[in-house]
Amino acid sequence: MVTTPTEDRKGSAGDWIFSNLTRFFAVVTLAMLGGIIGSLVYGAWPAIQRFGLGFLWSGEWNPPMERFGALIPIYGTLVTSLIALAIAVPVSFGIALFLTEMAPPWLKRPLGTAIELLAGIPSIVYGMWGLLVFAPVFSTHAQPFLANTLGRLPIIGELFSGAALGIGILSAGIVLSIMTIPFIASVMRDVFEVTPAMLKESAYGVGATTWEVVWNIVLPYTKVGVIGGIMLGLGRALGETMAVTFLIGNMNFFSGFSLFLPGNSIASALANEFAEAESPIYTASLIELGLILFFITFVVLSLSKLLLLRLTRQEGSKT
Amino acid sequence: MQPSDLPQDVTEANLQASAPLTTQISFNNFNFYYGKYHALKDINLDIYHSHVTAFIGPSGCGKSTLLRTMNRMYDLYPEQRADGNLLLDGENILDKQIDINQLRARVGMVFQKPTPFPMAIYDNIAFGVNLQERLSRSEMDDRVEWALRKAALWDEVKGILKQSGMSLSGGQQQRLCIARGIAVKPEVLLLDEPTSALDPISTMRIEELISELKQDFTIVIVTHNMQQAARISDFTAYMYLGELIEFGVTDQIFIKPQKKATEDYITGRFG
Amino acid sequence: MMDLLKQRKLVNQLALTLALLAMSFGLFWLFWILWTTIDLGFASLSLKLFTQMTPAPGSEGGLLNAIVGSLLLVSLGTLLGTPIGIFAGVYLAEYGQHTWLGHVTSFINDIMLSAPSIIIGLFVYAIYVSQVGHFSGYSGVVAIAMLVIPVVVSATTNMLKLVPDSLREAVFALGAPKWVVISKVTLRASRAGILTGVLLAVARVTGETAPLLFTALSNQFWTLDMNQPIANLPVTIFKFAMSPYKDWQELAWAGVFLITLGVLSLNIVARVLFRQKHRS
Repeated sequence: MVTTPTEDRKGSAGDWIFSNLTRFFAVVTLAMLGGIIGSLVYGAWPAIQRFGLGFLWSGEWNPPMERFGALIPIYGTLVTSLIALAIAVPVSFGIALFLTEMAPPWLKRPLGTAIELLAGIPSIVYGMWGLLVFAPVFSTHAQPFLANTLGRLPIIGELFSGAALGIGILSAGIVLSIMTIPFIASVMRDVFEVTPAMLKESAYGVGATTWEVVWNIVLPYTKVGVIGGIMLGLGRALGETMAVTFLIGNMNFFSGFSLFLPGNSIASALANEFAEAESPIYTASLIELGLILFFITFVVLSLSKLLLLRLTRQEGSKT
Repeated sequence: MQPSDLPQDVTEANLQASAPLTTQISFNNFNFYYGKYHALKDINLDIYHSHVTAFIGPSGCGKSTLLRTMNRMYDLYPEQRADGNLLLDGENILDKQIDINQLRARVGMVFQKPTPFPMAIYDNIAFGVNLQERLSRSEMDDRVEWALRKAALWDEVKGILKQSGMSLSGGQQQRLCIARGIAVKPEVLLLDEPTSALDPISTMRIEELISELKQDFTIVIVTHNMQQAARISDFTAYMYLGELIEFGVTDQIFIKPQKKATEDYITGRFG
Repeated sequence: MMDLLKQRKLVNQLALTLALLAMSFGLFWLFWILWTTIDLGFASLSLKLFTQMTPAPGSEGGLLNAIVGSLLLVSLGTLLGTPIGIFAGVYLAEYGQHTWLGHVTSFINDIMLSAPSIIIGLFVYAIYVSQVGHFSGYSGVVAIAMLVIPVVVSATTNMLKLVPDSLREAVFALGAPKWVVISKVTLRASRAGILTGVLLAVARVTGETAPLLFTALSNQFWTLDMNQPIANLPVTIFKFAMSPYKDWQELAWAGVFLITLGVLSLNIVARVLFRQKHRS
């Protein structure tokens, strides 16, 4: 990057103003984060004081009695996000493989755009569609099928038992996965695409098949971007509000491990209950939930950045 | 098969001592197209077993294109196609029935820029071998060592086989790619301007390598550096605008070319 | 034991088939969702939508106040967030590449890009709404701006980095001070990309519901007073969709159709613009 000694130039007044103006707004951006953490802690303080660390693993959520615990929402957030990733990552990989190695040139652009459009659909659309269109179909066809197949297996069967309500943790996770797929797929497609042709040809050159080239050469070469994309998808899944709110059922007590059961995620609890929270401690507990969610997302995203940093250093001199 | 298209005054004393010439690859009435563009026109050429053949010519003459047909690398790009006959050991490899993966294991390639795979040095070499054979751990160790020794890289990397192939210097990376190419024991090795991205010292080492490798492999090298062609090749093909202008024993081509066009290029009058 | 080559070919075929299935899987959902939205949304489309206010359940109405409210919130929020984002992006790309402020801000910006929007809503609630004592359109504008800023910072930084140093050097060589180089040349060269970034930010915030839940809330009636809760499409849809009333649900589908149409059009326009400008 080009830098110049600004002090001894004629336009230095303009330079001074401009550079400090930009610096100011950079600080504003930085301050936003500090502000968020600070204000959330402040707002949640009554609850933090009252419940302490036990808030994190208490499964109680009793507004009239003013007793709150974060376990159920945390559980719902983590499980729906995990389901979303478990489906989205392999599917995105398949889509990226298809777009980069299999699709004929005239199909690449429209199909790529189609996947990106999926990302552009607002989450409230996913939520409404999920509740009013997907859930009924899910409960009449998919859930009984799952109950009869996976539901019969030992241990795993527990996850697929119970009434086929259509809504619940599993359906929220599935709709969440559909929302996450375009993000992860686009990133994977982009990094697969910029893999040098010469590198791929080197692998084809020793007689490798398309799959072998992608799995053994392209994927390791792009692992930095791929992991970044997955983390991005995870971050979004953790914080996704509307789609989950419509589908997860807003139930605040724990009645088993089945994925067919309704539950709550932090975001959906906030969305459903914030406007009607009467008592200050209710509001403070909800804010504390928000703080926890922010903390989880922050940790996930920071970890991914650090991981990416470490991986790039490991490679030595990477162009 | 007899080298029928060589001029009369070529003696076998000019060539590698005890070996009579056998043809490994043969282009007959070979044409190549990028979409509508006729890139290679009616090529008739023989590549001889266990010798180094160089393709020379100005930029855009088609030498790299011709090289890449011999392992059907162009198959990856739908708008590129070939017709005519391209015989490898008598078999026409343009035939749809030919197994491309097997072909590419018999005809190896090294590229202009070093392209180490994103994995350990050991795994770079083992990758191609694993596609073709199931070797035990010790057999693979032996093969990796053999390939690295042949590529004159063993002494430099024998202690760091677990390190990433991308952590080596440019010259070392290119020798790694050569080792990778020969580890699968191909019959033919195609080199596409292998030293153009390297410094003079690395270039020299690789040229020495090529002279040794030709005892075990048939080598075809594309180079834009005429002096390099004169140094290391036995046969040279001069190409211009998609046509094969002249082909012959290297010394012959450089000292007493038969066509004026060749002479003009060699003497630097153009190109 | 199968011949190694046959086995490899089988694995290859299997993998490619699964990739095709994955692609179809993705397309299937896209088409199903779009089809439903068009089908149910179109059915509820009528002129009423644009002329009448949101009704009480059981009576006739439209979405006029919600549409206008959304337009206000999005445009004001973008107007507020874009300059901040551009300036901060200029700092990151032109002044602060090696400073700690630059590195930290860049890191924070990436986090903010993916931060849950509901947290932003909570934040604005805590610092604005609870201080002032009531929900308002202005707080919604602040929340939207906070969503716009990271996207614009990112787009600006990326586009500026693409401008070759030789261009900057050419202008410096003429004796121009740094702020002229940046504002008159470098920024201008990145104009298309930054505009695309802004359009994509707008597309994103148009559909955002969560941050508005705690700030602008919603309003059954018509108002242009930004100091009061103001109606907007996403929250209205949320309320209507979760309700058991048929006419409210129909309005919700119409609203969803409008939002999707708006967002997808913005996306397409942004991409076409970007491709055009980058071809030259």
